Amino acid sequence: MKNEWPLWEIFIRGQHGMSHRHVGSLHAPDAEMAVKNARDVYTRRNEGVSIWVVEAKHISATAPGDKGPLFEPSESKIYRHPTFFDIPEEVGSM
Amino acid sequence: MSVDKQHLLQFLLRQGDNTLVLGHRVSEWCGHSPILEEDIALANTALDLIGQTQMWLGYAAEVQGEGKSADDLAFLRDAWDFRNVLLTELPNGDFGRTLLRQFLFDAFQSVLMGRLMQSSDETVAAIAAKASKEVAYHVERSADTVVGLGDGTEESHRRMQEALEYLWPYVGEMFASDETDAAMAAAGIAPDPASLREEYDALISKVLTDATLDIPAATYAHKGGRTGYMHTEHLGHLLTSMQWLQRAYPGCEW
Repeated sequence: MKNEWPLWEIFIRGQHGMSHRHVGSLHAPDAEMAVKNARDVYTRRNEGVSIWVVEAKHISATAPGDKGPLFEPSESKIYRHPTFFDIPEEVGSM
Repeated sequence: MSVDKQHLLQFLLRQGDNTLVLGHRVSEWCGHSPILEEDIALANTALDLIGQTQMWLGYAAEVQGEGKSADDLAFLRDAWDFRNVLLTELPNGDFGRTLLRQFLFDAFQSVLMGRLMQSSDETVAAIAAKASKEVAYHVERSADTVVGLGDGTEESHRRMQEALEYLWPYVGEMFASDETDAAMAAAGIAPDPASLREEYDALISKVLTDATLDIPAATYAHKGGRTGYMHTEHLGHLLTSMQWLQRAYPGCEW
């Protein structure tokens, strides 16, 4: 018999204008309780202004074993970094 | 505004003792809850209640005018001086009973705080305004859990119905009125508790119906807590644990 509640991944937005960031995971019987649990577990020190919860099983992820073909080809392509442009001084810091 | 200081003090002790005693009860779950997330949530609730206690008893001590602090009132009074309703001092029982007790109290607080925010006493109104946000979350959370467990498995439903039968006779005391309540109502400081019953019943009926629980027909209500006339035997045991440090090491600070 399976007694465990499903696992939920929690995303918190720290302040307006920022994006939600993954902060951790927790267990809850449904989405509504996952939001409440996230409020109690992850925002008790005033960390957030918005909460997203996603049931972990709905997240598709890359397999660690595939990291060679997926990520290594970009290692040698430094020309994809926009570091070859001269930025006029008037632009200031970017 | 002229109001009898003794009545105002009694009123404030009733508010502060309710949140103090229930806050301590809820804190007893810390480290023992059935699941980690609930453990943290219950600890948060307990801390909210203790925070509200600091405000209520802090104001009570000020009104009393004997140079005492909120801590003095919390840790150096004996059982007969406490003015909390009996519901708040009842033992936790299982997790379901704890959450049902919480819901029955949260629902009362949510109705009461809404009125107290309009209090003619600015300090009372300010405390209520701060507490009302916490109370709004508490009642939402406890109501959800009551529905989840009541309308859950056969066992959880049975336990919740048993908890309701056990707790129901302690609901009525929250709506009792005496001369202190009359004085508060006359001064516009607080509503007569009896006048809150209709709104309360509407709120809890909806949740308990969603939870597939039957509200007992019996109307008998235990009383004696908010007047201090007679607490249950459970309060003294609670105090020996809660007050132990200040009793054993008087004036201890850290």
